[in-house]
Amino acid sequence: MSEALFYQEMTEEEKYEQFMKRINTGEKIEADDWMPEDYRMTLIKLISMHGISEIMGALPEKEWVPKAPSLKRKLGIMAKVQDEMGHGQLLLRVAEDLMKPLGKTREDIMQDLFSGKLKFHNVFHMEAPTWGDAGLIGWLVDGAAIITQTNMLNASYGPYARALKRICAEEVFHAQHGEAIIMALAEGTDEQRAMVQDAVNRWWEALLMFFGPGDASTTGTSKQDTTIKYKIRTKTNEDLRQDFFTKYIPRVLSLGLTLPDETMHFDQERELWIYKQPDWNRFKDIIKNNGPKSQERLGLRRTAYDTNKWVREALNTAN
Amino acid sequence: MNEPAGNIPIDSKIKPALTSLLYQLADDDFILAYRGSEWLGLAPHIEEDVAFSSISQDTMGHAAMFYQLLSNLGEGNVDSLAHAREASERQNAVLLELVNGPGHYLSSAQYDWAFAVVRNYFYSQAKKIRLDSLKNSSYQPLAEVALKVNMELYYHLLHWKTWVIQLMQAGGEARTRMEAAIGKVLADFEGVLNLGPLAKEMAEHDLVEKEEVLKQRWLFIMKPVFESVNLSVSEADIAMKNGNGRIGEHTADLDDALSTLSEVYSINPAASW
Repeated sequence: MSEALFYQEMTEEEKYEQFMKRINTGEKIEADDWMPEDYRMTLIKLISMHGISEIMGALPEKEWVPKAPSLKRKLGIMAKVQDEMGHGQLLLRVAEDLMKPLGKTREDIMQDLFSGKLKFHNVFHMEAPTWGDAGLIGWLVDGAAIITQTNMLNASYGPYARALKRICAEEVFHAQHGEAIIMALAEGTDEQRAMVQDAVNRWWEALLMFFGPGDASTTGTSKQDTTIKYKIRTKTNEDLRQDFFTKYIPRVLSLGLTLPDETMHFDQERELWIYKQPDWNRFKDIIKNNGPKSQERLGLRRTAYDTNKWVREALNTAN
Repeated sequence: MNEPAGNIPIDSKIKPALTSLLYQLADDDFILAYRGSEWLGLAPHIEEDVAFSSISQDTMGHAAMFYQLLSNLGEGNVDSLAHAREASERQNAVLLELVNGPGHYLSSAQYDWAFAVVRNYFYSQAKKIRLDSLKNSSYQPLAEVALKVNMELYYHLLHWKTWVIQLMQAGGEARTRMEAAIGKVLADFEGVLNLGPLAKEMAEHDLVEKEEVLKQRWLFIMKPVFESVNLSVSEADIAMKNGNGRIGEHTADLDDALSTLSEVYSINPAASW
């Protein structure tokens, strides 16, 4: 009896059991494999949000691409934002494969973005008013992204794990690019130093929010239990936030910068960073597209989408 | 960017023509790469966004190489050459500075994809012809840079040509928009083909071939392409409607672009960024 036929005769419970056995022994699930419905839905939500965040994430930096202050910086930030778009493309393709059995396409992803059904990361709803923000996004936002993505490098879903390997490798360059901008500013004139400090103050709360709420009691829902159960990730949101503090707080302080949280300290006994919680109600509001730049950036994408409608139609004719 | 080509002593008779040629090459690529960077995140689909930003990045890299050659000739440092010169000192073709379409790149951009693909294709082809000629330039450092740039240009040209042909053949609204864009690009394309008031000296010193030779070569290469999409274009369609950028004539579009692209640099040109 062929394996496929054998599989067909299994009950849903048996399939589920076998699936769990596979992921618990470290086997990778591929796009065409059987998977429980909530696994598929969790992945679609996670990966399409990740993909669209990469794409929306190009917009705050886009502001600074034409304005970068030297040829070297112009080339660096162009390369960086191009990578982000490339990551978005890679991830959307992974999401598209998962959506195929549901009859959904990239068009649905774009429409869900415009309608607010598909959310994007809180950090990309924020303002980036100075060149200091351009550096800080590369350094700390990408730094935070490396931490959350590294946590999923061994994800049970093979296509996502492989995409993340490539993405993480490139993100390391982005963080270096951001750090180089920040270093130049931190070692520069008083005005340049003030630019970095302002950016740190402005972004700190958003960076804490980036890792998500500690548990469901904060915001009502949290997918982290499901993603841990299915071996998509290993650490909790709070673990990741603590890792971020451990890695970056010493670096921020060593540049002579301060953190906008006087309560921040490391509790030696509990081996934990103690910090002021961000305003989680504000977080919920931001990701509902009510952040300072949410509507403007969605508007920009929507306008471009509408303006280019004739091009997509022409391509469909040609194909 | 920091590879000095060795400050080869230059005959003072050649220098004005050589620097003018280099300014044209650098300024053309610089401003077009800037216009390309404004498109970021707004291309018709995500795959194109990735490809277009890669091309703009290459083009900005080419500008940087040409500015470096100027810097080696004592014209100043590359960042001040790129960021601090007034519009009247710029020698780019006017066509390349024109806005991408209505609206601002951060809020209300309603950019014209037809104009983007036609401008980029026609320009890439002219640039390719110029670079092929520059590979034999009597100024060795320029011949070496031309060789490097040429390798990347092959892909740019292929990319834009594919777009132009596909959209021209799609018919309907696409065809109408493309024809309008071609008209707009040709109306200022003489400014791209033009090598400025020192063109004669450039050819005499074997820096680059004669302007007219390069122009005819462009027409010769484009003719079968136009024919393949049933478009009739004659030499008389090629004009310089909005002025000659080679002698510092520019539009208000360039002033706006320069103030944006030098906004951070101008906070403190002496600072290290």
